[in-house]
Amino acid sequence: MISANLSAIFYLVSGILFILALRGLSSPDTSRQGNYFGIVGMIIAIIVTFLSIGNFSESLIYVIMFLVIGGAIGAFIAFRIPMTAMPELVAGFHSLVGLAAVFVAIAAFLNPEVFNLGAVGAIKLASLIEMSIGAAVGAITFSGSIIAFLKLRGIMSGSPIIFSGQHLLNLALGIGIFVLIFYLCKTQSANIFWTVVIISFLVGVLLIIPIGGADMPVVISMLNSYSGWAAAGIGFTLENTALIITGALVGSSGAILSYIMCKAMNRSFFSVILGGFGADNSADDKKEKKDQKPVKSGNAEDAAFLMKNASSVIIVPGYGMAVAQAQHALREMVDKLKKNDIKVTYAIHPVAGRMPGHMNVLLAEANVPYDEVFELEDINNDFANSDVAFVIGANDVTNPVAKTDPKSPIFGMPVLDVEKCKSVLFVKRSLSPGYAGIDNELFYRDNTLMLFADAKKMTEDIVKNLD
Amino acid sequence: MEIDPFIFRLSIFILSIFIGYYVVWSVTPSLHTPLMSVTNAISSVIIVGAIIAALAGSSENIFDISSIFGFIAIVLAAINIFGGFLVTQRMLQMYKKKKDKKK
Repeated sequence: MISANLSAIFYLVSGILFILALRGLSSPDTSRQGNYFGIVGMIIAIIVTFLSIGNFSESLIYVIMFLVIGGAIGAFIAFRIPMTAMPELVAGFHSLVGLAAVFVAIAAFLNPEVFNLGAVGAIKLASLIEMSIGAAVGAITFSGSIIAFLKLRGIMSGSPIIFSGQHLLNLALGIGIFVLIFYLCKTQSANIFWTVVIISFLVGVLLIIPIGGADMPVVISMLNSYSGWAAAGIGFTLENTALIITGALVGSSGAILSYIMCKAMNRSFFSVILGGFGADNSADDKKEKKDQKPVKSGNAEDAAFLMKNASSVIIVPGYGMAVAQAQHALREMVDKLKKNDIKVTYAIHPVAGRMPGHMNVLLAEANVPYDEVFELEDINNDFANSDVAFVIGANDVTNPVAKTDPKSPIFGMPVLDVEKCKSVLFVKRSLSPGYAGIDNELFYRDNTLMLFADAKKMTEDIVKNLD
Repeated sequence: MEIDPFIFRLSIFILSIFIGYYVVWSVTPSLHTPLMSVTNAISSVIIVGAIIAALAGSSENIFDISSIFGFIAIVLAAINIFGGFLVTQRMLQMYKKKKDKKK
């Protein structure tokens, strides 16, 4: 049994180690060390918790057993998950943090004595507010992440679900939660506590269903942020510094990522939350356009010929590459090009893929050196001096309409200037529009060659033709 | 007059938000996915609350209603801790391989 003061100091240490864990991610070289800091911080926090309770009853065996069960499941998932499924995994993990927060809050509500929060029916006012906020945010995180998970996994359609009065209902429920917490503080009634939790679950669902597939990077970041605030809420309840520090770190991290994602799509955070993006596409209008405009299409041989005779190639990967699992074939193609002394770089748009940094991880998996991979602002000027842009699985992030047509829904969004390249190779299954539901003007340009095929198959064919 | 301990916790919380703000802005965009998985793992430090709740059951009644919630929360948080750190490690390892190859 160690004193409360000593354990508080250890919790502070573990909080600092978590800060260092995030700090390590400022460069790939220091990132692994950062991860170890995080692991050490977690071990310290868990051991100190055991020591501070001191009184080891038979429960301890069960605690360790459940810890090992959970750990084994977690480890199994971590080793088996393909890198392309990372967005779903992260969404799934968020839901677990949310649910764990809800359960800890429930346990604290049912048995406040062990947490030093007063007695049943006489819980300290501040603690009651903190735990109900923690439970509410946790519940929203849980159900919201479940919906995000289902959408990312494709079990649920990615298109927004909208009904009239949706926002009013959300607003009413949100206010309802606060009113209920107010009454909870007055009455200490368990029924009201349960109602708060249930309504929060409902709010989580309602909050995420209207948000379309293209906005998923924002949704995941947002839920990341929520899971942090939920943890912080519980941290206040438990008067635990490690949890408060971590909650604040994760909360602000998620918020910053949401901000970066919104900025990369030139959309306000508010409009993403309100949802409905990509729902209002007028299909007839697009069909008409397609019939009128001529499209140049080619095959793998043409593409190989173009690239072989280029001196520099920029690769623009997108979500389609992830779906087709084409990253390894792509790497093979790049190796061949490099052997012919062709300079190859990768250009990544911040919202390419379904979560922040998604493309970078996939390229890393395929052993692409990270110093060949560039972010939008670092590479956008290079397109004009390059011979070939190879767009694989990306669409909206290359659409020049964002720069020219103020009426377009993506107007003002920063895009990759692929059209400035001498020629553009566009690997795509069909001419169908991307998530934004708009036609890509790039398809009809003179310097664009469309390669209609599955991204992986086309890349493999090009590799064969490069010999 | 004494300052309520809550104010101290609030100070820690707000200062941590600022630390988080500056630290996260310095994270390189190519590591944003590992950032999310690692934040996931560390937010599972909520397990400390779950452990306290789970150990609260008496020896005659290890599984009373509140400790059951604690036990479930332990499993959930443990999945996250192991899953989060290991998957982060797996991803970061890939960023290393390339570098070594280049050398």
